Amino acid sequence: MSRLVTKLVGYEMKNPVIAASGTYGYGEDYKGYYEPDVLGGISSKGLTLNPKQGNEGIRLWETPSGLLNSIGLENPGVKAFAQGSISKMKKINSMLIVNLGGDNLEEYLEGASILNDWDIDLIELNISCPNVKAGGMAFGMQCESAGLITREIKKISRHPVMVKLSPNAPSISDIAISCEENGADAVSLVNTFQGMAIDIRNKRAVFNNVYAGLSGPAIKPIALRMVHQTAKAVSIPVVGLGGISTWQDAVEFIMAGATAIQIGTGNFPNPNLGKEIAEGLEKYCEDNGFKNISEIRGII
Amino acid sequence: MAVIIENKNLGDGMFLMKTDCTKKSTPGQFYMVRGWDRYPLLSRPISIFDWDGMTTSFLYRVVGEGTEILSKMTKGMEVTLHGPYGNGFPDILEDTVTLIGGGIGTAPLYHTAKELRKRDPKKNIKLYLGFENKSDAAKAFEELDAQVIVRCGGYITDHVDYENAGTILTCGPEIMMKTAYERSKPYESKVYVSMEKRMACGVGACLGCTCKTEGGNKRTCKEGPVFEGGEVFFE
Repeated sequence: MSRLVTKLVGYEMKNPVIAASGTYGYGEDYKGYYEPDVLGGISSKGLTLNPKQGNEGIRLWETPSGLLNSIGLENPGVKAFAQGSISKMKKINSMLIVNLGGDNLEEYLEGASILNDWDIDLIELNISCPNVKAGGMAFGMQCESAGLITREIKKISRHPVMVKLSPNAPSISDIAISCEENGADAVSLVNTFQGMAIDIRNKRAVFNNVYAGLSGPAIKPIALRMVHQTAKAVSIPVVGLGGISTWQDAVEFIMAGATAIQIGTGNFPNPNLGKEIAEGLEKYCEDNGFKNISEIRGII
Repeated sequence: MAVIIENKNLGDGMFLMKTDCTKKSTPGQFYMVRGWDRYPLLSRPISIFDWDGMTTSFLYRVVGEGTEILSKMTKGMEVTLHGPYGNGFPDILEDTVTLIGGGIGTAPLYHTAKELRKRDPKKNIKLYLGFENKSDAAKAFEELDAQVIVRCGGYITDHVDYENAGTILTCGPEIMMKTAYERSKPYESKVYVSMEKRMACGVGACLGCTCKTEGGNKRTCKEGPVFEGGEVFFE
C-alpha cells in the first residue's frame, strides 16, 4: 500500500486514515472487525489530567444524518490512561495520538508534562470539546487563547502537537493561523458543531447541558469547506474530519487540502469503515495512476 | 447480512422478526440491527428473542424511524446484524428462577428461559410478563416449558411471589426492575437486571451508553447490559 504512505509531523503513516478521538476507544474495541494496525493512526479518547465521570442524562440523540452527543469527556485521567493503555496502543503498528483536553491552562500543561514520560507519536490538543462546562472549547474560540495554549504546550512538550479546532469559532482559519504562529505542528478540524434538541413531550432540553456536539454526514459539506479554507491559510499539515463515511468522502477532504483524514461517527454504523476507506483510497490511486495519494492533496 | 424469514405483526406496535442468522448467541445479548443502507445514521440495539442454531429472532416495538422501517420489511429482505454484543444473563444454578419482563423488555426472556430449561430439565422456571395492552406478544412465549404468568395493565411486579422466587432475572422499564429488586430484598434473592440505554457503536467505544454502577461507570453495551441489581440500584 505504498501509494498511501503519508508523512505527518515526521511520522511515516502507512495511510492517511486516522481513527478520531472518542469513537475508537484506545484501539481495542473494533478488533472483532479488523486489526487496528490497518489504520494509519489512532487518536485516543479525549483525556484530561483528572478522571472524569462524563455527563449525566441522555448522551446521544440521533438527528437527520447526524448525531448529537454529550458524553462530557468521560475518561480515566492521563496518568491512569498512560499506565493502562499506552503500552497496548504501542503494540498496534499505527501512529499513536493522544487527545488531551483540560479545564484550564495548568491542567493542560500538567497533562502534557506527564505525557513527556511516555513514548507517543503526537499530542492532539483538544481545544474544541463543546460538552464540558469550563471546557476545552473556551480556548478554541479566540485566536489569542488558542495561540497562548499552543505556545505554552509547545514550550514544555517533547512531542509534536496537533491542535484540534472547533468549527464554532468565528473564523476557524484565523484560529489555525494563530496556532501555526505559536508553533503548532499540525491542526485537525473539525470537532463537533454545537447544536441542541428539545423534548417537546416533556417540554425540556434533551441534554442536561442543553447544548451538545453535532457530528455525522450532516456536517460534512461545512467541514469540507472549513478544511479547504484552512489548508489555504496555513502551511502546516491539516488533518480533516467531519462526517466522513465513505472513501469518496476521504478523497474529497484530501483534494480540499487535508494531509490525512479522521473517521469518527462513521465507525458507528459501519464498524469496518477504517479498513474500507484504506482499501478504497488505495484502489482509487491505482485506478487513476497516482504513485502517491499526495498527488491529489489540495488540488481544489 | 441476514435474510428475513418472517416479520410478524403481534399488535400494539410489536413485531417478531425471524432471520436466517445462525451465529451463536448467549441469552440476554443483543445485535445492532439495520434494515437500510446509510440513513438513518445509527443501527438499532435490539435484544435477541431467540436463537435456535438455525435462526435468530427479534421481538421489537416500533418506537422511531429505524424500528418503523424494520416493521415494514418482509420475507426475503436483508438486514445487517452486527453482534452479538454484550454479556447476557449468567447461567443460574439455583433450583428456582423467576423471570420478570415488562413490555418490550420481555424480549430476551424467551431465549433465557429456553436455555435454562435446556441445561436443567428439573428447574422450576417462572415467567411473569407484563404488557400495557392486549396483543399477541404473550403468545410468542406459549411454547416455553415453564410457568408463564401474563398480565395486561397494572404492575407485573405486584403479582410476583418474591418469597419463593429463587434467582430473579428481569428486563423492562427501570422502575419495574428497581421495584422487583427492592421487593425481593427481604428474601435475599440474587437479582440480575438488563439495562436499556441509547447506543451508537455497540462495541464499547463511544461511551454513549454508560451506566452508573456502585463500582463506577460501566458500558451497558460491553460490561452489560446485564448487571447485578445491587450494582445498579445502589443509591
